[in-house]
Amino acid sequence: MKNVEVKQDVVILFAGDSGDGIQLTGAQFTATNALFGNDVSTFPNFPAEIRAPQGTLPGVSGFQLRFGSVEIFTPGDISDVLVVMNAAALKANLKQLKIGGTVIANTDGFDPKNLGLAKYPAGVNPLKDGSLDKYHVIEIDVTKLTRNALSGSGLGTKETDRSKNMFVLGFICWMYNRGLDHSVDFIKEQFKKRPELIDANLKVLNAGFSYGDTTETPMSRYEVKAAPMAKGEYRNMTGNQATALGLIAASQKSGLTLFYGSYPITPASDILHELSKHKNFGVKTFQAEDEIAAVTSAIGASFGGNLGVTASSGPGIALKTEAIGLALMLELPLVICNVQRGGPSTGLPTKTEQADLLQAIYGRNGEAPVPVIAASTPSDCFDAVYEACRIAIEHMTPVFFLSDGYIANGAEPWAFPKAAELPVINVQFAKNDLKEGEKFLPYKRNDKLARKWAIPGTKGLEHRIGGIEKENETGNISYDPENHEFMVKLRAERVEKIADFIPHQKIDNGKEKGKLLVIGWGSTYGAIKTAVKESIAEGCEVSHVHLKYLNPLPKNLGNIIKQFEKVVIPEMNNGQLIKIIRDKFLVDAKGLNKIKGMPFTTGEVKSKILEMLK
Amino acid sequence: MNSTINTDLKLIPGDFIPDQDVKWCPGCGDYSILKQVQTVFPELGIPKENFVFISGIGCSSRFTYYMDTYGMHSIHGRAAAIASGVKMANPELSVWIISGDGDALSIGGNHFIHFMRKNFDIKMLVFNNQIYSLTKGQYSPTSERGKITKTTPQGSIEEPFNPLELALGAKSTFVARTLDRDPKHMQSILKRAHQHRGGAFIEIYQNCPIFNDGAFFAFSEKGTKKEEAIYVNHGKPLVFGSNDDKGIKLEGLKPVIVNIKEAGLSIEDLWIHDEKDKTKANIIARFFDSAETYFPRPFGVVYTEERPIYEEGLMLQIDNAKIKREKLHINKILSGEKIWQIV
Repeated sequence: MKNVEVKQDVVILFAGDSGDGIQLTGAQFTATNALFGNDVSTFPNFPAEIRAPQGTLPGVSGFQLRFGSVEIFTPGDISDVLVVMNAAALKANLKQLKIGGTVIANTDGFDPKNLGLAKYPAGVNPLKDGSLDKYHVIEIDVTKLTRNALSGSGLGTKETDRSKNMFVLGFICWMYNRGLDHSVDFIKEQFKKRPELIDANLKVLNAGFSYGDTTETPMSRYEVKAAPMAKGEYRNMTGNQATALGLIAASQKSGLTLFYGSYPITPASDILHELSKHKNFGVKTFQAEDEIAAVTSAIGASFGGNLGVTASSGPGIALKTEAIGLALMLELPLVICNVQRGGPSTGLPTKTEQADLLQAIYGRNGEAPVPVIAASTPSDCFDAVYEACRIAIEHMTPVFFLSDGYIANGAEPWAFPKAAELPVINVQFAKNDLKEGEKFLPYKRNDKLARKWAIPGTKGLEHRIGGIEKENETGNISYDPENHEFMVKLRAERVEKIADFIPHQKIDNGKEKGKLLVIGWGSTYGAIKTAVKESIAEGCEVSHVHLKYLNPLPKNLGNIIKQFEKVVIPEMNNGQLIKIIRDKFLVDAKGLNKIKGMPFTTGEVKSKILEMLK
Repeated sequence: MNSTINTDLKLIPGDFIPDQDVKWCPGCGDYSILKQVQTVFPELGIPKENFVFISGIGCSSRFTYYMDTYGMHSIHGRAAAIASGVKMANPELSVWIISGDGDALSIGGNHFIHFMRKNFDIKMLVFNNQIYSLTKGQYSPTSERGKITKTTPQGSIEEPFNPLELALGAKSTFVARTLDRDPKHMQSILKRAHQHRGGAFIEIYQNCPIFNDGAFFAFSEKGTKKEEAIYVNHGKPLVFGSNDDKGIKLEGLKPVIVNIKEAGLSIEDLWIHDEKDKTKANIIARFFDSAETYFPRPFGVVYTEERPIYEEGLMLQIDNAKIKREKLHINKILSGEKIWQIV
């Protein structure tokens, strides 16, 4: 066995054509490391086109994985290892590789044709011209070795070449001293209907693994030990999957049937895919004819007594806007999930952004306040969407749940809960306990200012609701000027009141008082947490709060802010939360804004912290 | 929902009249429709609390407030989508959509066609007055070419929809037309729609006395209706005319108006309406664009078929999944298959 070097954490970026199986290779190696006990964080980055022309720069798909023996909060600013299946993948990602890092290149992807497609000048091959001298380059003819492994298997060239990614997976497993058990199980499951492909993929996987041992090129192996994570049982989890599970859990705990109306859109569709597999829990998934039907069918289902949920991304949310206003007037539970992506308009469908916060808080006609909750990590999507359901049901209101492309597709280990540990969700269906001659009042309210949910089929509680302004308690149409002002203020108070039923804001890191407070929300959590942690270790007086509740804000947030001399708000937008914080607390907060469709690096946040403390 | 028929309910029309004042214009055709619905509903054998009305926006959509049942007066064009959500949430409910020509066929056009195709067991009543009334007199997608309105002072340059043809094209499983001024006929169509297993579409010609008065008088008034309207009934010949002297005969797929006596024909020689024949239903539905060839306007159940019902399919899949994975606890999906322990 060759030398084994111990590493604390490693960042690998897999890159190749959209059709090369890069996402699958990355996901499998992630799962292998997670099962081993590493902390992991991933960042899949792929083009909007399903299969852009092969070998070209726009067709490059990437999957970044960081795994470590220490706690990890981001997929890493820069890679230690870059695996490239072709020349375009190298060209597109070389700037993501640290100086002295390792390039693993499939030499077959550097033939004249591929070099041309990657727009290298004629005669230039980066593997040969010395331009990679600053890196450690491992050249492997993956295509040839895969074909050799499968010679005589009877498979055609096309099918043979399709298992190239398994060679890479096998080789990487060898390089980082990981067994193949998980990958073997996966292949058996994936191809259970085509046994000949099980054999083929296993052969190639093993060929990749033994290549490391048998090749004459000297090669190092590395060891990344298990991370000291909190005790418990873990699984690997992506944000969209966690969102789906959170919705099912909320349905089970509340005793309400989950109705999910949705129209396919990147990057939210995976929630619909996942939920449609769980009909055994009574989950009703409805692929509607458009975004408007998706939300309105969910409103109808809520009127009928189900937990109505709809999801989309920015453009689809824009289409649902009018209906969300209706749900607010009806005072029915509704959860609207927005897996944000780069905007405006179609924008950057596969890239991440946090630019729909103001849309969620303010984006409706009239005075139409809606509670807003945001998830901060892939697994936090579970807790955040569960909480959105709780508020929607207990306060009888539409609630926004915000996620984004980064955490929706990213994965991390999750110390999953048991159903019994989850918070109780109280449903208040109206019963017919009217006295003789007493009239049912559909908009009579409890201490949360929530009305009771009177569902069709309940004898004696027949009533009409609608989008026209109504009189309080009776719900009768009213155009009375005094009544309208009263109702507008009442609807605002209903949302403000939720602050009495949510936890106080905690400081994530740092002291309660100091020079600089970093306020974050949503998926910037990992980068901010790491940056603040490192800055504190270096002696900076900086603290971090991360908001889950964006509307209403936690009651103590103003008091926290007062304890700091300066406030900085990093956001993947042009400054949205900052407007709200300035408005509510009259504080001269500064922004750190990145609008590149990419998450913050730790370095970016850290240099802003240092700049603010100068 | 037909399973819940109960003849001991002893409901009367008055049970469906709420305490709110009806605020349509005097003489509006909507009054007649409300009356017929309130007359028919006690006879349907459904407990009052199981009726749900969903409407969009427009004069017609105020209907919801005037029925003492569960109801939602929603937003423009979306009634069909909301109603389908209600029905999927609780298939036991008897769900009715009230809409108008603008609400259903213009702003709600997309929901309309998909609602027909998916075949929820929901009944949709479209009050067609060929005008936008609540917004005070603009042309609608059913207004005739040349129609002069506030937005078309030189006349409309648009071809109108023929709602029956649209519904057939969108695969509706029950397509019928009736009109406000024929209460008996409307009652019979409402009952037929209720009895139909699946989605029902009823176009109701409705007079707007303010913005489009008399649009359908040719089909309802004494002097003209016998010549201009033809009532189709399953298994009955297509006969019309002042003295029931005219009929429609099919020559191949070409309909021809004949004078029964003059042509020396007997009733059996005429086209016998078969409401389950889609090809012929399409021909009847096209008795509409009569600029070149004149045909009387058809009323009645033009087409009906039985097809799987959406919410039944959905519930069946859920039931099957429940049987197949009966013992799967929620904790099992929270943990997933691949877990590891940190000790």
